[in-house]
Amino acid sequence: MSPEFALMPEQASSVSAEYDALLFTEIGISVFFGVGICLAIMFLAWRYRAGSEVDRSDPPEGDMRLELLWSGIPLVIALGLFVWSAKLFITMRTAPKNAMELHVIGKQWMWKIQHPGGKREINELHVPVGKDIKLVMSSEDVIHDFFIPAFRVKMDVLPGRYSMLWFKPIREGTYRFFCAEYCGTSHSKMIGRVVVQSPADYASWLSGGGNNEPPEVAGKALFESFRCGTCHREGLTGRGPVLDGLFGKQVRLAGGGMVVADENYLRESILDPGGKIVEGYQKLMPTYRGQIGEEGLMQLIAYLKSIAPDGKQPEEKR
Amino acid sequence: MTPAAATDRRHYLNASYTAASWLFTVDHKRIGILYLLSVTFFFLLGGAAAVAFRLELLTPAGDLVTAETYNNLFTVHGVVMVFFFLIPAIPAVLGNFLVPLMIGAKDLAFPKLNLTSWWLFMIGGAITLGAVITGGVDTGWTFYTPYSSTYANTSVSTAIIGVFLTGFASILTGLNFIVTIHTMRAPGMTWFRLPLFIWAHYAASLIMVLGTPVVATVLVLVVLERSLGLGIFNPNLGGDPLLFQHLFWFYSHPAVYIMILPAMGVVTEIIAAFSGRRIFGYKFIAFSSLAIAGLGFLVWGHHMFVSGQSMYAGIIFSFLSFLVAIPSAVKVFNWTATLYKGQVRMLTPMVYAMGFMGLFTIGGLTGLFLAAMALDVHFHDTYFVVAHFHYIMVGGAVMAYLGGIHYWWPKITGKLYHEWWGRISAVVIFLGFNLTFFPQFLLGYLGMPRRYYAYPEEFQVLNVMSSAGASILGIGYLIPLVYLVWSLKYGPDAGPNPWGAKGLEWETYSPPPTLNFDTTPVVECEAYDYAAGEMAPELPGTQGHGSSTSEEAGSSEP
Repeated sequence: MSPEFALMPEQASSVSAEYDALLFTEIGISVFFGVGICLAIMFLAWRYRAGSEVDRSDPPEGDMRLELLWSGIPLVIALGLFVWSAKLFITMRTAPKNAMELHVIGKQWMWKIQHPGGKREINELHVPVGKDIKLVMSSEDVIHDFFIPAFRVKMDVLPGRYSMLWFKPIREGTYRFFCAEYCGTSHSKMIGRVVVQSPADYASWLSGGGNNEPPEVAGKALFESFRCGTCHREGLTGRGPVLDGLFGKQVRLAGGGMVVADENYLRESILDPGGKIVEGYQKLMPTYRGQIGEEGLMQLIAYLKSIAPDGKQPEEKR
Repeated sequence: MTPAAATDRRHYLNASYTAASWLFTVDHKRIGILYLLSVTFFFLLGGAAAVAFRLELLTPAGDLVTAETYNNLFTVHGVVMVFFFLIPAIPAVLGNFLVPLMIGAKDLAFPKLNLTSWWLFMIGGAITLGAVITGGVDTGWTFYTPYSSTYANTSVSTAIIGVFLTGFASILTGLNFIVTIHTMRAPGMTWFRLPLFIWAHYAASLIMVLGTPVVATVLVLVVLERSLGLGIFNPNLGGDPLLFQHLFWFYSHPAVYIMILPAMGVVTEIIAAFSGRRIFGYKFIAFSSLAIAGLGFLVWGHHMFVSGQSMYAGIIFSFLSFLVAIPSAVKVFNWTATLYKGQVRMLTPMVYAMGFMGLFTIGGLTGLFLAAMALDVHFHDTYFVVAHFHYIMVGGAVMAYLGGIHYWWPKITGKLYHEWWGRISAVVIFLGFNLTFFPQFLLGYLGMPRRYYAYPEEFQVLNVMSSAGASILGIGYLIPLVYLVWSLKYGPDAGPNPWGAKGLEWETYSPPPTLNFDTTPVVECEAYDYAAGEMAPELPGTQGHGSSTSEEAGSSEP
């Protein structure tokens, strides 16, 4: 985060260097074609300026070979760029398994972040260098967007669903993050900084004051206070599916179809239980919309994850 | 034909002088003039908003206006420039005036619908301006939900109703062009004898007719959610915010082609006329317009790579977005090839057309950066995107619009403007434009998000450059306003064809009579039927224009 004038952002994540390589390749191609066209136009406009004494016999009306050439070459180049950018995009979108998971909630006009151990911070994001970090994000109101230029990552943060963003910081330091989706009056104040620390410094920062209970512990308390276990259990009184070990599994739905029990499915099942009913069960569960906030939802889901046997992440599909 | 002095001949301008004869005219030329005055007003209004927020952005802190005012300013700028200037500018002004003239018709197929279109446009404009004045609008021109549908406290619904009505103005114009081009071509005017301006307008009209109803629908849904609490977009009401983005961009991406296709048509006419030869690759330019219009409907998802749209959908949209670049590139190559073995005259419209080619090329190439998903992740919603679409819409569409106004000004008014001032304005606009928007590419790469009222201080140098450029650009736009108005009174008479251009519009008087032609023209040759090496006549009454033209006029015979 340097106050002086710069021409390019820092390369501080595992994808920054390849991002810039792709970018500078495209810039190179663009400069070649852009300058080429401009020179051609200037040369032709000068050489064939009205009245100049040059050969103008048989001006061509068109040329099929030329047309094919100048559609074919850009097409091949475009397809090459497409393949490269698609591969990099897939990398940028597919979080490694076992990435450290942080929760981010955006609201007008601040960012609330919670670490795995329960520690919270506002408009600051502390992360250890060299670790894969995955942000599970949601919004309490309008659409926001979490954008870290030095990491070349960005993802919209929507109300009513979770979106994921992952990165691996490779350089210690302080970098800016921004809200990139216009969200109202103080949109431009919805900014903060990412502090990338050595693992030791991060650990000592984590152990500093202001620790809250871990989200899965808070989630267990919620699970009990809402008496979810009354229905979600084995045996005849179990009117809902058992939730132990559910996270990350394929679930067969009533009326056919399969769904992976990921964060978004669990969220939907809490807020809109009638939407996708598990095969063999009735539409009995009431909605918890309005009774449980964004943070509570994330805590409940963290608890459900913690009671899945291997705690494995589902494959990233977004 | 030697024109009689403009004063003693009856033409569309002096046919009647009453206010009603203008406000309720069904003459496509007069409606074109009404649109010309209207969009000029809206352009100045949108420009004034831009001046205000560029001043605010001179310093990192928000100090000149409040955050609310700033958000209103960029919304007004976007809404006015997109819906009330760029979309109608070329089709409703130049298209209205020229489509019947170019195909040898007396008017458009539905003159009263044409008048209705202008009235809807004005009523819509008045309603939207009323919303801006009374409660403001702070959603950005994109009206993203659920901010627009639930959270914004400004006059969003009223503004939307204005935009909705204006959409119908656009549909009626498109419908009129399609029917006119199909049914009212003069004898002998086959499809492949049509000027490419007509092909471009035909393609753009298809988008107006097929796309606009979708944005009209989605805007109505926003109003319904705002006023009745119908859960369509707000997840708290059971809606889906991404649904809005899909429907909005389904129109609003093709809308870019409503702006740029007619611009390409204008540039094609100018390049052919001032190269004094038949356009190179006529059919490729014609069909590339249709290809752009068709593919343009299939790429909306490239606005949504980081929105939460599925990764696989993103990959397909990215692929299609790369494809749509090809027909645009084909046009640029064909225009360039048209210069080869031509008689190139760098008069004002040609200077504008050259400016268009340079700026459109930069805009198109940077579009490839945004079509590349991985690169778009970082660039999305930053100033890189702002710079890119201004290169297309301002560098492209506005340069072409001004080039077209200059090219057909003698036909529209019967007068010639001052040639040197014309060239100066084109160069000033070109330079001011680049100084304004090129730094914004760098700002975006550095990570400055768009729609920021205040920004970190490391972005200041580039923002100051951009604001400085905007002041030059603003002056550049005012220059033509002065000398064009001046030419109405003091400009020399143009005569029917001052440029020595081909095309039916140049075969009638300037200004044309109300019914366009004394007798229905019969077309017996191809478009752009320039004889090789033929020289255009000297411009009457212009000072200092290309001495080379006169002294070498006879020297280029084959």
